[in-house]
Amino acid sequence: MSEVDILSAVTPALPPDEPEFQQKEMLLNVGPAHPAMHGIIRILAKLEGELVVESDVEIGYLHRAFEKSCEESTWNQAIIYTDRLNYVSAAINNIGYCMAVEKLLGIELPPRGQYIRVLMSEISRIGDHLTCVGASAMELGGFTVFLYMIKGREYCWELIEEYCGARVTTAAARVGGMPYDLPEGFLDKCLWVIKEVREILRECDILLTNNRIFVERMENVGVMSAERAIAWGWTGPCLRGSGVAYDVRKDFPYLVYDQLDWEVPVGRRGDNLDRYLVRMEEMEQSCRIIEQCVAKMPGGPINCSDKTVVLPDKKDTYGNIEGLMNHFKLIMYGHGIRVPAGECYFPVEAANGELGFYIVSHPDEHSKDGCNDRAWRVRCRPPCLNMVASLPETINNYMIADIVPTFGSVNMIGGELDR
Amino acid sequence: MSKFPEHIAIEKSHPTAVLDWHEQFGDRTLIIEAKQIVDVMTILRDAFGYNMLVDLTAVDYLPRRPRFEMVYHLMNVDSHTRLRVKVQLEESHPRIATLIPLYPIADWLEREVWDLFGIKFEGHTNMKRLMLYEEFEGHPLRKDYPKTKRQPLIGPQN
Repeated sequence: MSEVDILSAVTPALPPDEPEFQQKEMLLNVGPAHPAMHGIIRILAKLEGELVVESDVEIGYLHRAFEKSCEESTWNQAIIYTDRLNYVSAAINNIGYCMAVEKLLGIELPPRGQYIRVLMSEISRIGDHLTCVGASAMELGGFTVFLYMIKGREYCWELIEEYCGARVTTAAARVGGMPYDLPEGFLDKCLWVIKEVREILRECDILLTNNRIFVERMENVGVMSAERAIAWGWTGPCLRGSGVAYDVRKDFPYLVYDQLDWEVPVGRRGDNLDRYLVRMEEMEQSCRIIEQCVAKMPGGPINCSDKTVVLPDKKDTYGNIEGLMNHFKLIMYGHGIRVPAGECYFPVEAANGELGFYIVSHPDEHSKDGCNDRAWRVRCRPPCLNMVASLPETINNYMIADIVPTFGSVNMIGGELDR
Repeated sequence: MSKFPEHIAIEKSHPTAVLDWHEQFGDRTLIIEAKQIVDVMTILRDAFGYNMLVDLTAVDYLPRRPRFEMVYHLMNVDSHTRLRVKVQLEESHPRIATLIPLYPIADWLEREVWDLFGIKFEGHTNMKRLMLYEEFEGHPLRKDYPKTKRQPLIGPQN
């Protein structure tokens, strides 16, 4: 028997109208626990071959009733819950929450407290961006970059640890002030860390920005136009990657950001590469901000002088009756910080974008003075929710392998997404 | 206090839409009648350039009446102006029209409000819970939902 005969015997003849390859759609479940999913999230993708034609995103695996917990605890107790929102840059959450409550109280920090807050925010931001870029690079095969960047993040977190004693759960702010003054030699260490971070950025820039594998997987993938990004409520590096120069620090200045010299990097195409480049440049800008903070760091008190808000010094608490009473009045159940009825929204620029707190103070039935020692409602506007909600738009019509860099550039953080 | 320009423009075409307005800590707030929310939001988006729905949430003011309040935070990304729009809703069958045709992000934010507050959105095609699982009973951010209440987690039915 010849070769041709064998083939015709094994393969059944196709009906003339049937295409040779059947194209069937396939449902692929990515997550909830998948190594390339940075948190716990489930993407249900409908595939045609390797092409994602439709997708659905499911979240909520890390929901722990953040907003309900804040309503049940006093103004200062809620700070520890804010640590768990964006756990990579927790200090920004602490500061954002405290500033929202301070807006309700109508108080402002003295300059040194404000500079310390800016310093903490920018150290956290560098740590967050290093994590995001490093993890994205690792998922595309650049493990060296991941190690270098995590080394840099560790330097940043060591600074935070030196300030408040914790790397991740920082609780690095209080309503009306900061928990501690800067430790000795802290500013010099900041400068040393900036030097190291800049060296890491330079090395990683060489490894990634002109790396053909990296660039070809990032360029023109996950494209989002400026108009659609705004409609989806994108903020932060992702919106700036799409070419909109919106930064809360510039456009609604808080703390001392308007007294510092720095720039807002913007992308053009709104693809993954632009979001990566924006993050890289933002780290450099954060380094500049930290440098200026170190140079300009004023002396003086770190807390506002309002005794009905800020705890007295420990030497007063233990040393005299007025200090002791003051301490008790702020700590005792049913007393605490008395925030008058009202509502406010306060946004800060977190590492992922606009982190807003909408806080309502409303007297309950036990209140005698029209104030309350706890929030009636704390709403956190999580910056990464918008990017995750619009994922179908950024991953549909790309290859299945493109989900990984696109999802990496979104920098989803389960803590703030699911709250 | 003088009226906001947005208020004057809305009053021209919808004289009964704005129920009240105030400014607190620099946040400008309009309180809108529930039935006209989509019309008002369309005017705000198209005539005033409020192109970003920054946030959408609700507040439960139990035992006050009306009990619920929807809170929308809008921003004009070009001129960096912000506006808060609030709508008051009654306790029985709280419902309001969806904003998905205007802002796609309203999809998830409205699902979250349905999930945690039990406010329904008319015209929303996918009114599923966002954070919690489908078998969850009740809406935990309501003030009459006790913090210590426990629910049995119902596993997948195989």
